Amino acid sequence: MEKMKVTIAGVEFKNPVMTASGTFGSGMEYGEFVDLNRLGGVVTKGVAAIPWPGNPTPRVAETYGGMLNAIGLQNPGIDVFLERDLPFLKKFDTKVIVNVCGKTVEDYLDVVEKLSTEAVDMLEINVSCPNVKEGAIAFGQSTEALFDITSRIKKVAGQPIIMKLSPNVTDIAEMARAAESAGADAISLINTITGMKIDIQKRRFALANKTGGLSGPAIKPIAVRMVYQAANAVKIPVIGMGGIANAEDALEFIMAGAAAVAVGAMNFVNPYATVEIIEGIEEFMEQEGIGQISELIGCVK
Amino acid sequence: MGKKKEWAKVLEQKQSAPGIYDLWLETDLAGEAKAGQFIGLYPEDKSTLLPRPVSICEVDKEGRRLRLVYRLTGQGTKEFSSYGPGKKVAVLGVLGNGFPLEAGRGKKVFLIGGGIGIPPLLQLAKELKADKQILLGYRDSSLFLQKELADYGEVFVATEDGSVGTKGNILDAIKANSLSAEVIYACGPMPMLRAIKAYAAEKGILAYLSLEERMACGVGACLGCVCKTSKVDQHSHVNNARICTDGPVFEAKDVEI
Repeated sequence: MEKMKVTIAGVEFKNPVMTASGTFGSGMEYGEFVDLNRLGGVVTKGVAAIPWPGNPTPRVAETYGGMLNAIGLQNPGIDVFLERDLPFLKKFDTKVIVNVCGKTVEDYLDVVEKLSTEAVDMLEINVSCPNVKEGAIAFGQSTEALFDITSRIKKVAGQPIIMKLSPNVTDIAEMARAAESAGADAISLINTITGMKIDIQKRRFALANKTGGLSGPAIKPIAVRMVYQAANAVKIPVIGMGGIANAEDALEFIMAGAAAVAVGAMNFVNPYATVEIIEGIEEFMEQEGIGQISELIGCVK
Repeated sequence: MGKKKEWAKVLEQKQSAPGIYDLWLETDLAGEAKAGQFIGLYPEDKSTLLPRPVSICEVDKEGRRLRLVYRLTGQGTKEFSSYGPGKKVAVLGVLGNGFPLEAGRGKKVFLIGGGIGIPPLLQLAKELKADKQILLGYRDSSLFLQKELADYGEVFVATEDGSVGTKGNILDAIKANSLSAEVIYACGPMPMLRAIKAYAAEKGILAYLSLEERMACGVGACLGCVCKTSKVDQHSHVNNARICTDGPVFEAKDVEI
């Protein structure tokens, strides 16, 4: 459908709905529930240079209207990803965005270089995972570190890069501007918000990692606010996410300035959420007589 | 047929012991279900998002019915326990791999259940053609499912307080009754499973353990519910397997518990 098309850094998406990294594997598991051809894009689980074992369990805990996770970026490494997961995703007519994680800048560069000649549409650089001890969020909490890693990745990347920003910062607009000035092609936000839950019966932390990242509907107003602030601070496109459960939620992000949106934790709650949101946005546009979705992007100032 | 989320209907529910509920659902998932698998049950309360993994106790394929026996442990199960006939409930399934029946066919086997790990043994006892000795561990005299299980093999009970059967745990009951087996199938709390893994290794017998862990998606995407494996796992390429998808049933020697 023409009216749903969005273009981000020269990449054309059939609609603005993607999956949020870490909630959709590499598409295989939810391919049983939804036709992946329907999605604007699939954003993969974070991929590192070598396999990562992740954190001890318990890794997940439910909270009021949300959940905490501290998976710790378990992933099979770039070689397995290229051999197994990418060929699977390429069978579908959807854009493929690979989320890249690392402990050091060199780790990121290694993965980004390996991906540079692969049939991947965009890279999303994870500088915002709160659950690993080294790397990730360490690069996303100061403007200097973010500028440095962004500009270094940009030099070796074969695809447009999206910097995925953390909400665990004082000034999101400043972070967005740092990414833009370092050459990022787009930004995505928000990653999860650091949280904690205590099991009062066992008198210990609900997560083995003590802290985890909060996601789900509970964080949506924070995410909408930050997307609005970021979108008004930069000219590059913003991909919005954080607790999107239905088309109305997705439209809030779009009106706040997101050129596209991603569905995360709600995939666990409703495995059909992505496709239902695409259909819901279409229906809204029909009802409101909107000819092109770009008319809605950032329409609330 | 793949996994799906759909509406099931409550047919009946009763409390079978303190905190233990016995629920029959009408659902198409029954057509695909087998012993050792589980389904996700979604509470209606929107403050709770995630499906609750509940093991399948009994399958009636023709009647499109699934029986779940669960323990009231929190907000979600509290809500489920209030459901009466006709109530619609969202279910996700069928999840997990189930017990491998081939390994035990025609052999002398132990089916071992501890507490709320007992329910999946009923469907296993129905499907498995073997010489079955069924060992059930409870806290106290509030027994459940032991009478039904007795239709499929000899039942031995152990209770922590000694009020019924052998005082102590399942291994105490095995010793007290001088029992032996060639294959073990077990589901229950982690200390019990660890003891069974050690027992099976010592005796050199094959054991299958059904594990549990906090999970989110239930379908293998979120990597929340992993367990340590002795070899590098085929999917993860690290020593982690997904309990929801690669399990919940594992060969004891393959998992580090």
